[in-house]
Parts: sequence; structure tokens; C-alpha cells
Amino acid sequence: MPQFQVDRRAVLGLGAAACAAPLAAAAAQFTASGMVWQANTSAFPTAVDLSAHYVFFTPDEAAFIEAACARLIPADATGPSAVQAGAPLFLDRQLAGEYGKGARLYMQGPFGKGTATQGYQARWPPAGFHRAAIKAIDEHLTRNGGAPFHRRAAADQDAFLKDLEAGKAELGGEVDGKAYFKLLLQNVMEGYFCDPIYGGNQGLAAWKMIGFPGARYDQRAYVLAYNQPYPLPPVGIGGRPAWSVKG
Amino acid sequence: MATKLPPVDAVLVGFGWTGAIMAQELTEAGLNVLALERGDWRDTPTDFSPAYAQDELRYYWRHELFQRLNHDTLTIRNKASETALPMRQLGSFLLGSGVGGAGVHWNGQVWRFLPSDFKARSHNLQRYGKAAIPDDMTIQDYPVTYDDLEPHFDKFEYLCGVSGKAGNLKGVIQPGGDPFEGPRQREYPNPPLDMPYGPTLFGKAAAELGRHPFPHPAANCSRPYTNPLGVQLGQCTYCGFCEKYACGNYSKASAQTTILPVLMRKPNFTLKTNSEVTKVNLSADGKTATGVTYIDDKGQAFEQPAELVILSAYILHNVRLLLLSGIGKPYDPATGQGVVGKNYAYQITSSVNVFFDDKILNPFVGAGALGTIINDFNGDNFDHSGLGFIGGGYVGVLQTGARPIETHNTPTGAPAWGAAWKTAIARDYLKTASVATHGAVMSHRGNYLDLDPTYKDALGRPLLRMTFDFTDNEHRMSDYLTDRAAEIAKAMGGREIKANPRKGSWDVVPYQTTHNTGGAIMGDDPKTSFTNRYLQSWDVPNLFVLGATAFPQNAGYNPTGTVAALTYYAADAIRTRYLKASHQPLVPA
Repeated sequence: MPQFQVDRRAVLGLGAAACAAPLAAAAAQFTASGMVWQANTSAFPTAVDLSAHYVFFTPDEAAFIEAACARLIPADATGPSAVQAGAPLFLDRQLAGEYGKGARLYMQGPFGKGTATQGYQARWPPAGFHRAAIKAIDEHLTRNGGAPFHRRAAADQDAFLKDLEAGKAELGGEVDGKAYFKLLLQNVMEGYFCDPIYGGNQGLAAWKMIGFPGARYDQRAYVLAYNQPYPLPPVGIGGRPAWSVKG
Repeated sequence: MATKLPPVDAVLVGFGWTGAIMAQELTEAGLNVLALERGDWRDTPTDFSPAYAQDELRYYWRHELFQRLNHDTLTIRNKASETALPMRQLGSFLLGSGVGGAGVHWNGQVWRFLPSDFKARSHNLQRYGKAAIPDDMTIQDYPVTYDDLEPHFDKFEYLCGVSGKAGNLKGVIQPGGDPFEGPRQREYPNPPLDMPYGPTLFGKAAAELGRHPFPHPAANCSRPYTNPLGVQLGQCTYCGFCEKYACGNYSKASAQTTILPVLMRKPNFTLKTNSEVTKVNLSADGKTATGVTYIDDKGQAFEQPAELVILSAYILHNVRLLLLSGIGKPYDPATGQGVVGKNYAYQITSSVNVFFDDKILNPFVGAGALGTIINDFNGDNFDHSGLGFIGGGYVGVLQTGARPIETHNTPTGAPAWGAAWKTAIARDYLKTASVATHGAVMSHRGNYLDLDPTYKDALGRPLLRMTFDFTDNEHRMSDYLTDRAAEIAKAMGGREIKANPRKGSWDVVPYQTTHNTGGAIMGDDPKTSFTNRYLQSWDVPNLFVLGATAFPQNAGYNPTGTVAALTYYAADAIRTRYLKASHQPLVPA
């Protein structure tokens, strides 16, 4: 946003006389010195292009992410898997963008290991952390001729993810496996439950599964509806599939 | 070389709640006021549009309304023997940035501290004796009383259009309100919000246990409201996106929705955004602030002379600016001497989930301060004899809106992922209430703020360093509150409950509260406080420091009501006394 300055010293001097002026007069003077609010400048989010292939992940990385998503939130009768909901594509787009680059994170060194309470101390922003961690995981699992993560059986994958979560998988190098698991799980949950405009939660399926009605603006009619099922289907910022014009 | 600008009467550093309140008051007094805000201009239709405001990923998880840590952050550690590392990502607290500050993305929880909270040391000494306050607990009395602040609490509540029910009108306890609150002169400006099912079940169970439930006072308007400045707010629509979000409906009080429509039009007010103050400048003798130096978004430096300098940024920024400007004696935890950075405090939270099988709660219907609360265990509203701690907190069910990336309440034994997690979340999402506790943190000799020796911000200045941990007092108090919450949670009649106590050291990752306090505290003695009772620097009498920076320790309530009341109190002193005897201390040192 460009620098905005309203400088009215040139318009009126200070002092009690100016302050005593009625609001209407002051408002007119304000108009003369420039509007604060500008029309048509709101920032609607940009919808993710769902048609394209991966733009951040390499094929090997995508194989890991898809396999991990399928275990973190598996497909069953309750609802879609993270893969079905679009979490891998969501994550790809997030890591390719500002978030992946850590645009809002403090990324100056020196980098230290950190205590258990000092939070994110990886030397990479999220994109680099995923890249380094996936590589380290692959090396860890294939070191003695083992199969990479995505070729393993589901039970074996779950066991490895549990080790990662508990900090029991020694990945070597500078990758903190436990910290990476936290980031991965957080990102997958984001992809599962976010607004569909970002590529995840496709078909609003995750919201349907739990009963979250989405980006609704007025819930006044339902505050006092004790113990009543909510009657409306979920809706995203960009609407919902039923609103799309067919053909 | 900084370009020197024409002088102004008063310059404000930071333009959130305290800056907007002070600017409104000082322009009313006829001063020519300049506010410098380092962030962007933000207004409701442009930046908080209801067409896309309900976006959890963008606003909470991607931090769009919050401070950019790539620009500056702070370093953190639990104790002085550790090496502080940068808070690289926001977590435990969510610093604001831009016009309106953190007051844009608050919940709207408006409390008055208890009368006894303002006398934390003398009150506890008197009631429990010397042994109740350990040597390293550095609590102090506020230099103001509840009665001093009462008209100013009132002014803020009417500015915001707070929705609530008085519990104590001029000393007479009122049914339906908070019987523990200090006496108020009149009723809230608006009636309580409609109460959803979960908080109602809590209120019923609490009352059956002999507690005193009442609706949380909310700066979320229960009906259309025109405030005393003539600014209109709309009725809250319970969309469930207050906390961590901005309101697109003009229903949640903020500088934007209560003051700016009037203030921005004043000819004697100027706001400059994207203008970051780097230093408060002093006269040669160090006893007068001559103005400030700031840098614009093109990196150009300006010197802004001013008769009156007012720090109105968030507490951590106020303290850092004092340290970077060399004002006041920095606090030394080894000796206990010095005042800048002293008595940093926070709050301690916990919760107890209640899982129902037969009750649909629709937790996504919400508002920031919508809930039922008890203050039976806040402050000194209960007998602490033999409990091993002082202080307390509130307990209640707040239904702020169960955004789905954030809200994963699952029962004991359920994993955080996988098929079993999915089964639990799908079964329990609509049928879980959370009884929250929100407790005080007393100040402690080893908890303080100073400048980090290693890490720098984008402008090359040292980061602030925070050394903080919960002490035994806080853990005992929070455990006690959690137990009281669990009693009520159990009585709510669900399938099962799950307690989530706060254990171990303070952790920067999980969100707790953005209720950081202290570091340039107010007091009666220049040796133990940075400001006098009017938030005026003892050392530099034309410098005032606003905000929770002034709290000698924290209370069990959300701080904004007290922050605003202190701001109005200071503004009143500046208007009625300071301006009549310029540059003079309002309290003899």
C-alpha cells in the first residue's frame, strides 16, 4: 500500500478556534485535504488454479507428501482423505508463494537449536524446511536399502510418522524431525479445513464432515436455536459448487 | 541526515487504541496532534470487508493483520541462564501492526480490574501476611485506585457500546450481573448479547454449584448503537470471526469503528502511516523530550520536534523504544535496581473440554466476548488462606466461533491425526464446549525485558529480549482454577470431560493471550517505577507512556478496559493540569 499521509496543517492552524468548528465544517475541510478511504481497493483473495500440476514439489517430493497426507487424514466412511480434499495441491501452492518463502517470518541468523519452548528455529522458511526434511526422510528410510516412504505399507508409514512425531526418528543433518512433523501436520490440517479458494477442502468436504457452515456472515437466527441442527450447507468465500453455472 | 520538520504540539508514537483515544482527547483540548504509525492505513470497507473477512487461513494462520516479524520481532527465553533466540513465528501472543493496532483483531472483552487488583501488594499483605508474598515476587500497588478510574472505565465502555449487565450499581448488587465487580455508576450502554447453548449450560451448572454466572461484557454490539462521539456501530451478527480477525460489520469496537470517523476529520489532527519512530530525542540535559526521529517507507529519516511526546505503541515496542532512546535506568535483575524492563508479566490460561452426545452446540456461531463467566475465583474474590498462591482468574465458556483449522477438541486418548482422530473430530465438533480459565501473572524478579545482544531488526537495531517463565505461584493458581473449571464442566452433564492444564515453562508456540504487561510501570516512587500516576515519565516530564506497559503486574482480566481507562485518566490530567503548567511534573518526585 502506498504511503498515506493526511497533512492538514497547511489547511488550518491549530488552536481552540479550529477545534470549536462544528463537525460539518470540519468535514468539508477534510474533503478538501484528501480522502482516507478509497473506493474499489479491497483485497479479495486470489483463487488457486486447480488445473495445473505441481509448481513447487518435485515428483519425488509430491510422492512423499501425497503418501503422508493419505495417512495423516486417511480416506474412510467418515469423510474424504487429505489427498481427496486437495491438501497436497494446497500445500504446493502455499510453499510456492509468500508463505513458503517465510515472507513474514524472522529469518536472520544465527540459528540455534532452541529449547522445547522457543518454537520455530529452523534455518529455512517453510518451503525450504519441507524440501530439506523430505530429502532427509528419504535418505533415512532408504539408507540400508529400505523402501522410500511412499512405497511402504500403510502400517509401516504410520509407524514412521509416529516416530517422527515423538522425536524418535534420527534424521541426521540439521533437520529436526519432530519440528518438521509439527509443520507438516499443521499444513495438512490447513489444507483440509481451509477455504476452498486456496485449493484445499475441495467440494467443502471437510466442512461438511464436521458440520462447519463456512464463510457465513449472519448467524443471528441460530444463536438461540438450542440443540437444533444447523440448516444451511457450507459455503466458501467464492460461493459453493451448487452456485456454479453448468455447461 | 534527518530532515527537520516544523514542530507540533504533541506527537503520538503508534496508532492503536491508546493513540486514538489520546489523539481524540488532545485535539479536543486544541492541540495540534501528529500520530506516527509504522504500519499501514486500514479501514473497514477496504481491509475488513465482510465479503471475505471470514477467512481463517489468511487472517489467523497467515497473520495478515499482525506484525511482520521479518521487520522486527523479539528474542525469548525462560530464564537468564539460557540463550535467547528470536521468536521467528507468532504464536503465544499476536502482535498488531497498522492503524488500529492489535485493537483491530481483539475479541472485544472489556473488563474493569477489581478494586483490590490495584492494591496487589498492600491488600494481600494486609489479608494474608508477609509470608503470602515471596521475596522475589516484585508486585507493587498501582498509584491509582479503582475509584480514580471509575469514570474513565465508564467513558470507554460507552465509547465502545459494551453489551453487558451491571452487577454492582453504586454499591447495590444487581441480579444477573457480576456481584464481584467494583461499583459502577450506571448500567452498560447495551444489554447482553443473546447467549448460545454451550455458555447457557455452563451458567446453569455453575449456579447449581453456588457460583455466580453472568454474561461476559462485550465490545460486540448487541444492538445498533451511536456512541457519544456520534459514531454508529451495527448489531453483531455472531459470525464467529472476532478473535484474530477484523470485524466487517462495524459491530466490534476498534479505533476504526468508534473514534477515527470523527478524529480523522479534525483539522488539528494528522496521521502519518508507514512512519516508524526510531528514537525519542532528548535535550542536552536529558530532562526534556525534544521530539522523535522517524523513518518513512522509503528509508528517509525525519526529525519531528514536539512539545509533548506520547508513546502509544504496544507495550513491547514502548519499552524497546525507551531502551533504544536511553531513557530511564534499565532494570538489572541481579540487583533489582532500575526501572525500564522491570516487572514484565503475562497471563496463564487453561481449559476443560466437555463432550456431549446428545447436545448440538453449533460452536461456530460466535462473537469475541460472547459467553458466560464466573469471577468467584478471580483476584481476591475468594479466601486464599492455605492455598499457596495469590491472584486468580475468571472461568467460563466463551463461544468465539469454532474455526475448523484451529478448533480440534478431541477427548482423552484420541490421537492428533489418523483415522481415530478423524472419527473423533467428526463426532465431537458440534457437541463440545470448552470451559476456559484466564488467570493473573504476578511480577517476579527474574521476569524482565531488555535489549538482545545478538539479534537485530530490519533497520539494524537490537531486538527486545524477553526473559519470562511462569512461577510456582502461577502454576498453583492455574491448577486451582482448572480444578474449579472441571467441577463445573462435570456438572454440565456431558459424556466426558478432558482437562488441559498449563504445565511446565512458558512456551512461545501455542496461542495463549496477547496480554503482555509491564516494563515501564507506574508507581509512587521514581526508584521503583518509570511513570507517576498520570503515566508521565519521572525523568522526562513531557514524555508519557501509555498502555499495559504501566501495569505493575497483571490481573486475571483482559487488560484493554484498564488500558483505556488509564489512557483517559492520563489525558484528563494532561488537559486539566499539565497544559496549564507545561513541562512540569504532575507529581513531585
